[in-house]
Amino acid sequence: MMTVGLGHYLVVSAILLVLGIFGIFLNRKNVIVILMAIELILLAVNLNLVAFSAALGDLTGQVMAMLVLTVAAAEAAIGLAIVVVYFRNRGSIQVEDVNLMKG
Amino acid sequence: MNWTLALPEIVLAVIGLAVLIIGVLQKRDAVTICTMLTIGGFVIAFVLVLAGGKGSAFNGQFIADSFGSFNKLLILAGATLAAILSLDFNRKQGIERFEYPVLMLLAVVGMMIMASASNLMTLYLGLELQSLSLYVLAAFARDDLRSSEAGLKYFVLGGLASGLLLYGISLVYGFSGTMDFSKLASLLVNPQMASPGLIVGVVFVLVGLAFKVSAVPFHMWTPDVYEGAPTSVTAFFATAPKVAAMALLLRVMCSPFGHLLPAWQSLIVILSIASMVLGAFAAIGQSNIKRLMAYSSIANMGYALAGLAVGTADGVRGVLVYMTIYVFMTAGTFACIIAMRRQGRAVEQISDMAGLATNDPMLAMLLAIFMFSMAGIPLMAGFFGKLYVFLAAVQGGLWTLAVVGVLSSVVGAFYYIRIIKVMYFDPPAAAFDRRAPSLSFVAVATGLFTLLFFLFPSPVVDAANVAAHVLFK
Repeated sequence: MMTVGLGHYLVVSAILLVLGIFGIFLNRKNVIVILMAIELILLAVNLNLVAFSAALGDLTGQVMAMLVLTVAAAEAAIGLAIVVVYFRNRGSIQVEDVNLMKG
Repeated sequence: MNWTLALPEIVLAVIGLAVLIIGVLQKRDAVTICTMLTIGGFVIAFVLVLAGGKGSAFNGQFIADSFGSFNKLLILAGATLAAILSLDFNRKQGIERFEYPVLMLLAVVGMMIMASASNLMTLYLGLELQSLSLYVLAAFARDDLRSSEAGLKYFVLGGLASGLLLYGISLVYGFSGTMDFSKLASLLVNPQMASPGLIVGVVFVLVGLAFKVSAVPFHMWTPDVYEGAPTSVTAFFATAPKVAAMALLLRVMCSPFGHLLPAWQSLIVILSIASMVLGAFAAIGQSNIKRLMAYSSIANMGYALAGLAVGTADGVRGVLVYMTIYVFMTAGTFACIIAMRRQGRAVEQISDMAGLATNDPMLAMLLAIFMFSMAGIPLMAGFFGKLYVFLAAVQGGLWTLAVVGVLSSVVGAFYYIRIIKVMYFDPPAAAFDRRAPSLSFVAVATGLFTLLFFLFPSPVVDAANVAAHVLFK
């Protein structure tokens, strides 16, 4: 019977991280998807921290995970606020429309 | 537990909350009052940092040492100059809202925590407090499309950088079992102890921090954010946050991961060379002065990273001297840029400066001082910044770095001196509006610093020396 060990958690977390990064760079549709991709990266980190914390028998990782959750909430709030402001000015949140300045 | 070591941060945070309340309750002229209180808060924090004790607090989460206080003083000085610059600009742009000084103050609290972090947890919290406030500041002109686009881009790329940094922190924690800087340092005394997982973690942390100092290839956000954000915000972005991020990078690389120097040295060398070269060449084609300053700051971060690449106390001293000079000359340059205003509208093209020397000789002379200094002309402050950094690089045997640095600063001199040429030799355009006394004050004060640094370099250099040696005891 297969047991789920630290390695499995790390692989899942690495996959989530890569999905998040690709979500930001390959996504050509919608800014909201980018916000979701950032959340995905933070969740990958949390999974990592909790898995390590359990494997090491050390609480620091779980404390850090709580902090990350809190900061992620604040970050999402600010991100959505900026998207709303942007939408008011531009009338669209398509990624391809975010192009007023070159670069 | 000795919480008084964190007194400057605590006092500043309390003042921030108080300013927020005053801003809400005060009906008339809330902005001026709040900005004055914020500047007062910076001054109080400055005194408290100077008078503060040294030691470690909050179970080793927070450390107050000479390195931290040097950077905190620099952050507070830069933020104070940026706050003075914002007074006039925000009023004329119609974005005078009292949230501006509050956000600035909270960002500064985050930066001071970054300078004093001695645990990966504190590092992350300080960094996020700073970043979240800066995202909002970038989008502060909320009816302006360019400003909100700058905020959006800064938020997305900053969020990605924080994510990568955190992933690195989780790997470092997992493969070492601790987040404490001193424990990490003693664990890694023997570099063979470092597992590949830990090295990957360190690289992720490095990438995250490279985003924050806008080193190539993680610089994509800088030109757009600098151009789009209101100029007062850009002036702030270019000074204090850069110092904080560089302080964090220095401390993380030299203190917990100092023994891994062979592993990260080549990465920093690559970042440094790429930033210097791209900063020098990409700025040549720019016509917008704020965008040009963005590439200039990328190049400047490249020069500063050259000192870190050496990985010795001399190198770190060079970086600290460089950052001090950088803050003052950048603040001065932005004071001149904010003074560029015609019939009440801010102009920001380089061609708008044509013939400034006939219209406003004083402003042209100040800007010329800053440009000569940025170009590294001897006897200006900027020359000494580069001198200390490249001297350390040569002593550390990094000849390639020093040679590329000197060559790219020659290329950089071209676009700085082109601005002087436009101001002094092109046919005059229409004159600018009268500039506010606050702008003249900042420009003259920083101009004198830039011009006269060579007479009194020892206070800065000695303090930087003491600060740098703290990281290597």
